[in-house]
Amino acid sequence: MEFTLDLNTIWFILIGVLLAGYAILDGFDLGVGAFYLLVKDDRDRRVILNSIGPVWDGNEVWLVTGGGALFAAFPDVYATVFSGFYTAFMFLLFVLIFRAVAIEFRSKQQMKWWRKWWDVSFSVSSILIAFLMGVALGNIITGIPLGADKEFAGSFFDLLNPYSILVGVTTVALFIMHGTIYATMKTEGDLQNKIRTWVNNSIIFFVMMYAVLTTTTLIYYPHMSEHFIGEPFLYVVALLNMLAIANIPREIHHGKDFFAFLSSGFSILTLFVLFAIGIFPNIVISNPSPEYSLTIYNAASSQGTLNTMLIIAAIGVPFVLAYTFTIYWVFRGKVKIDNTSY
Amino acid sequence: MDVELLSRLQFAITIAFHYIYPPLSIGIGVLLVIMEGLFLKTKNPVYEKLTRFWVKIFALIFAVGVATGIVMEFEFGTNWATYSRYVGDIFGSALAAEGIFAFFLESGFLAILVFGWNKVGPRVHFLSTIMVSLGSMLSAVWIVVANSWQQTPAGYHIVGEGLSARAEVTNFWDMIFNPSSVDRLLHVLSGAWLAGAFFVLSVSAFYLIKKRHIELSQKAIKIALTLAVFASLFQLFTGDRSAIGVSDNQPAKLAAYEAHFDSLAPAPMYLFGWVDENKQEVKFSVAIPKLLSILISGDPNYKVKGLNYFKPEDRPPVNIVFQSYHFMVAIGFTLITISLLGILFWWRKSLFKKKWYLYILVFSVLLPQIANQLGWISAEVGRQPWIVYGLLRTSEALSKVVEADQVLFSIILFMIIYLLLFVLFIYLLNEKIKAGPEEIDKSSMVYGHQKHVIGSG
Repeated sequence: MEFTLDLNTIWFILIGVLLAGYAILDGFDLGVGAFYLLVKDDRDRRVILNSIGPVWDGNEVWLVTGGGALFAAFPDVYATVFSGFYTAFMFLLFVLIFRAVAIEFRSKQQMKWWRKWWDVSFSVSSILIAFLMGVALGNIITGIPLGADKEFAGSFFDLLNPYSILVGVTTVALFIMHGTIYATMKTEGDLQNKIRTWVNNSIIFFVMMYAVLTTTTLIYYPHMSEHFIGEPFLYVVALLNMLAIANIPREIHHGKDFFAFLSSGFSILTLFVLFAIGIFPNIVISNPSPEYSLTIYNAASSQGTLNTMLIIAAIGVPFVLAYTFTIYWVFRGKVKIDNTSY
Repeated sequence: MDVELLSRLQFAITIAFHYIYPPLSIGIGVLLVIMEGLFLKTKNPVYEKLTRFWVKIFALIFAVGVATGIVMEFEFGTNWATYSRYVGDIFGSALAAEGIFAFFLESGFLAILVFGWNKVGPRVHFLSTIMVSLGSMLSAVWIVVANSWQQTPAGYHIVGEGLSARAEVTNFWDMIFNPSSVDRLLHVLSGAWLAGAFFVLSVSAFYLIKKRHIELSQKAIKIALTLAVFASLFQLFTGDRSAIGVSDNQPAKLAAYEAHFDSLAPAPMYLFGWVDENKQEVKFSVAIPKLLSILISGDPNYKVKGLNYFKPEDRPPVNIVFQSYHFMVAIGFTLITISLLGILFWWRKSLFKKKWYLYILVFSVLLPQIANQLGWISAEVGRQPWIVYGLLRTSEALSKVVEADQVLFSIILFMIIYLLLFVLFIYLLNEKIKAGPEEIDKSSMVYGHQKHVIGSG
């Protein structure tokens, strides 16, 4: 595949950036939700919840904007994927709402049953969201049955294949690791010591899943590594990814939680890049009948729109980054519970 | 039931429920800017207390708005895939721009607005309030532009034929400033300001009746009443402009608004009535002769096209459009009356003594909400049978691979969670209103970041 940096490719990259941004940012707050029930004390739970309090809904905006950008740049992908994965997406939307409600309402009442119910809802929906996102990515790798009319030609249960489930579980493991590291940064005292031990366990869990997934992908889905042959530059990404993952336990060992978090974020980013290189120039691979795959060319909007959108992105993205850094800067440091907290 | 009906039902339910919240955010957002601005200007702590109280309510409304909004962002793809392919080039850009320009702005600064009282100085906090308010209105800009393009498409050409036909942008600015964008945006915004103003009026009037938080509530009523007067009169102006626009660009919709079956010159305007669509007549009606012709053109003999001018397959349903439109207009005039009455009492210094008037304010919170919903019903049902006016029919816009039972399943799923959400929302809102504004604990007002507080927390 000849690589040219045209508008279609730029938009492939930009949407990748938005979704990777989503995975890195919402990744840690989903991860926090995933291990949340292991924290037993009510006050500790509030500390954990408030560690993501001011940022979780800004993090979800990355997904919403990613969805909007996909609609604008590759409308056929947006239409095919969301109508094809209908039931799965409806379920995903359902749990996304449920989770938002749980975070918002949990601490508004003192009753034990109330808090317990929302705590369980928050945790279960966080795990399910991470899992379903992983399953969706898995299906992009395995490919889904598409027709000549660009429409999905399979059923709901095709989507729950073993490989996609493996990607789903790996995503959960990745986010738990990312979330425990984040929580270590935001807590102190006994709670922090407890979470620190979970960081180690979650690293082990993730690395195991990562090894299994990588091996499986290389054996069963060799198209994911085709572009790497003869391109040593691309191999560097894979190497950086492994180094970033290996660096996490090292930073944790030295007590440099922030650097561990950066490493973890960087490994999510590089994993995403590896995934994007693997599927390029396809966005949705058709399996069987690869000729029906949706690519960055046959599924794209007009060149005029891609160009206009690029101007919009060029104006908007610097602001977005500025807000994001500002918010994380204002709310840096350990969590304090006050009367504005959840 | 078939996929089309179910999908329309699903969209109607999810958008109607979502649309309870964003107008409140927009309206209350403006009031927050005024309240906090007055605090910074006068240094009167009552305004700070007032702002803090309404920020808490704002946060609750905003959260439900975001949660229900995520569904909308993806529903075009799930249920209306053919539509999405057809308009992606245009509609998608507006949605993406909304995300980049509005959502990030809102959600980022919301964090400071709600959680940042003790983290940043008063000026930075005020700036955040302004940004959140601006963001919520920018969001309305993009979404109304996108919707207006569906009503009055402009700046595009059609590429491809049959199943692969789609609209592509030829002129971005013509697409953005299509014939109905500006009028409809202003109409939507003033509807949102009314929703916020009457919400604040309602809660504050309730406190006055209960003789609680009196000074604070009086100040809130004065601020909100000012916005209400401005917005309700402005709404009359934008409504008139929108109706003239509809008569130019979507004459079949105007004919449905007014249930005119035959083209008439001069055309009367109905005050109310019941439309019998089969017999093509309006029963139990009272109409003002010539008024529609005059309002639209200034000329009492102007000929207004009736529904029979259009092919039967191009006509919208009439009675539902007629009723929702007329109720909306009636509520609009009621809101003007309530607002002007308030100003009159304020001027006579009897505003807070008239208990009956305060009771009207308590219940009037529902009026802008109902009017906003009715306005959208008349606009969207009036556009039928088109999803993109004159270009794509609603029946041709569906997802080809989605079946009726899947849609039904998702409707049930959303009904469950929305019902739960609504009950919780009302419950928590009620709790917050019962608790009222909190005393501000000055000991926790440490600006800047606390780095080395060990053991507390």
